[in-house]
Amino acid sequence: MKVALFIPCYVDAFFPEVGIATLELLERLGIEVAYPLDQTCCGQPMANSGCEKDAAATEALFVRNFTGFDYVVGPSGSCVHHVRDHLTAIDQTPEVIAVRARTYELVEFLHDIVKVRDFPWAEFPHSVGLHIGCSTLRALKTAKMSEIAGAAFSKPLQLLSTVRGIRFVTPDRPDECCGFGGTFSVFEEPVSAKMGHDKVTDHHNAGAEYIVSPDMSCLMHQKGCAERLGLPVKFIHIAQILNGDRG
Amino acid sequence: MKPIDHAEASSKFIEAKDHLDFHDRRLWDLRKKRDRETESLPEWEELRALASAIKEHTLTHLADYLEQFEANAIRNGAIVHWARDAAEHNQTVCEILGSHGARTLVKAKSMLTDECDMRPFLETRGIEVIETDLGERIQQLDDEPPSHIVVPAVHKLRTDVAAVFSRTLGTDPGNSDVHYLAESQRQTTRPHFLEAEAGMTGANFAIAETGSIVVCTNEGNADLSVHLPKLYIASVGIEKLLPRIEHLGVFVRMLSRNALGSPITQITSHFRAPRPGTEMHIVLVDNGRSERLGMADFWYSLKCIRCGACMNTCPVYRRSGGLSYGATYSGPIGVIIDPTFNLRKYSALPFASTLNGSCTNVCPVKINIHEQIYKWRQVIAERQQLPFVKKEAMQIAGKVLSSPKLYRAAVEAAGAGAEYLPRFMLYNRLNPWGRQREVPEAPAATFRQWYVKNRGKR
Repeated sequence: MKVALFIPCYVDAFFPEVGIATLELLERLGIEVAYPLDQTCCGQPMANSGCEKDAAATEALFVRNFTGFDYVVGPSGSCVHHVRDHLTAIDQTPEVIAVRARTYELVEFLHDIVKVRDFPWAEFPHSVGLHIGCSTLRALKTAKMSEIAGAAFSKPLQLLSTVRGIRFVTPDRPDECCGFGGTFSVFEEPVSAKMGHDKVTDHHNAGAEYIVSPDMSCLMHQKGCAERLGLPVKFIHIAQILNGDRG
Repeated sequence: MKPIDHAEASSKFIEAKDHLDFHDRRLWDLRKKRDRETESLPEWEELRALASAIKEHTLTHLADYLEQFEANAIRNGAIVHWARDAAEHNQTVCEILGSHGARTLVKAKSMLTDECDMRPFLETRGIEVIETDLGERIQQLDDEPPSHIVVPAVHKLRTDVAAVFSRTLGTDPGNSDVHYLAESQRQTTRPHFLEAEAGMTGANFAIAETGSIVVCTNEGNADLSVHLPKLYIASVGIEKLLPRIEHLGVFVRMLSRNALGSPITQITSHFRAPRPGTEMHIVLVDNGRSERLGMADFWYSLKCIRCGACMNTCPVYRRSGGLSYGATYSGPIGVIIDPTFNLRKYSALPFASTLNGSCTNVCPVKINIHEQIYKWRQVIAERQQLPFVKKEAMQIAGKVLSSPKLYRAAVEAAGAGAEYLPRFMLYNRLNPWGRQREVPEAPAATFRQWYVKNRGKR
């Protein structure tokens, strides 16, 4: 199995520890991982702002970097959602179609493809609130959505529940959006910040020491909100916990 | 024309903390009640699929069903009018009233008449128009448009209503008891019902097979508006058609469950024919609907049954209020409809969304709302309606992110991190990120730098 590691631009620039945990975790599971050195971004920031044309060259670069692998795996659901559902600014050649179909978010890759069910090295003796970003939840359908009737399931929760010592708290509105939304966070700053403040307060009131998420961009926003409010909540990516980070 | 500045308006809404908290809680409560209803019906998803399919079928055969509806309505004794746009609608209503010498009109809730700006049109022509729905009446007396399509005054606290009523109806300004306020509205509206020369409703549904209008209410005001005066006018958007009466059951089961989390509205009225000695007029209104029907990416929005579920669930709507959209239709459904009326004026609205998709999930007729929001953004950029700063930022981002060399120069520049990175990553020269949030700290090395150092080029 040839797997390419896709580290989105904001993870590369701000959260290298999340990239490192993702890489180490995949390697621990015996997977051979390559990291194409010329990668940058998937094109989502431009496309989500309406500027698909400005995303075209970045999308083409993404496909060039990630062609030829069995899987492309990244620790960020919204970027994977862009690749899979919105990478349409360039011609849909067989290479483009193949890369789009083979790109996976880390949790779904572990859960659906590798089918890992336990992480014996992982221990996290803390109370955590789980935040699943909206793209990971509602586009990649990684868990039951509160709006849709049906049986409960959650891939991230299933993976995390095998971690020793971990305790889960349930916020009042577990799957309400936290208000990051990419460029929404600056162009609609008042609502974005209010949503973020509400989100971290909800987790804090539920007793969360940590907010854990498969989506680091949500956490970047939430962390900024919690720090400004002075709330003692910490933030960690799911890859770090599954890789054995004890907090 | 300046585009509506949703962000600016939302900032004012957020400043009024008591109002904001109430608004968010009240609408979230409706969302939770809706969830309980979905859990009580095992066939919920089946109903959504059915409702969506019926609407799609109707919209793709709309001309046929409209003609069938017209023929049956005429057979029932109604008089049918067609209005191409808002101006024709208002003119038609005015002429119907004029031909009866009617100077007073009691009306039930109708988003369509708001869309057409009918009330000011009639008022300047000497016709007194009385909104008889409690929420609409509050908004009329306060000279504000409705902020929500189902609960028009949801942004007001009861103390606000007490202030409006004391100013306009002469109630006790210190008494904000909801029963007192509702009763005051009832007592002051009753004489209008008895004296009005004409009554009006919108339509929740119009049935082609029977030529009848179906109106769902909780206050009984529609029935009084229809049955007391000698003249009844129904304003109906052409997308309200359903083929047969048997299809109505699907929608009656969905409407109030999605809107208010209640199994059904108190009253479901079928207005079919005029009583002896009275007239019933039906105005079928296009006002951009057939143009929308021709838009490959956006015609789905015509399936909307105006339940407001997408507004109740929308975290942005709940924290900015309906009036911040500056349009008849607000919230998720508003931001995909409003640009069809005026692309420039409403060009910022599709950006008042995080694309979280909750709206799409609750929609009882399965409108892909957040996907349409995404597509409207593309249309707005293509038609040069983006603010300059955003357009420029995206061009720069596109250049930097498509070049490994430029990208690395940007993210690896030593010391440039905290100062340069947020701007680069968040695309705004006057970056408001830090106003209510801390800026992330740039690490000593990027992931790529770590990788090259620790894993070499193996």
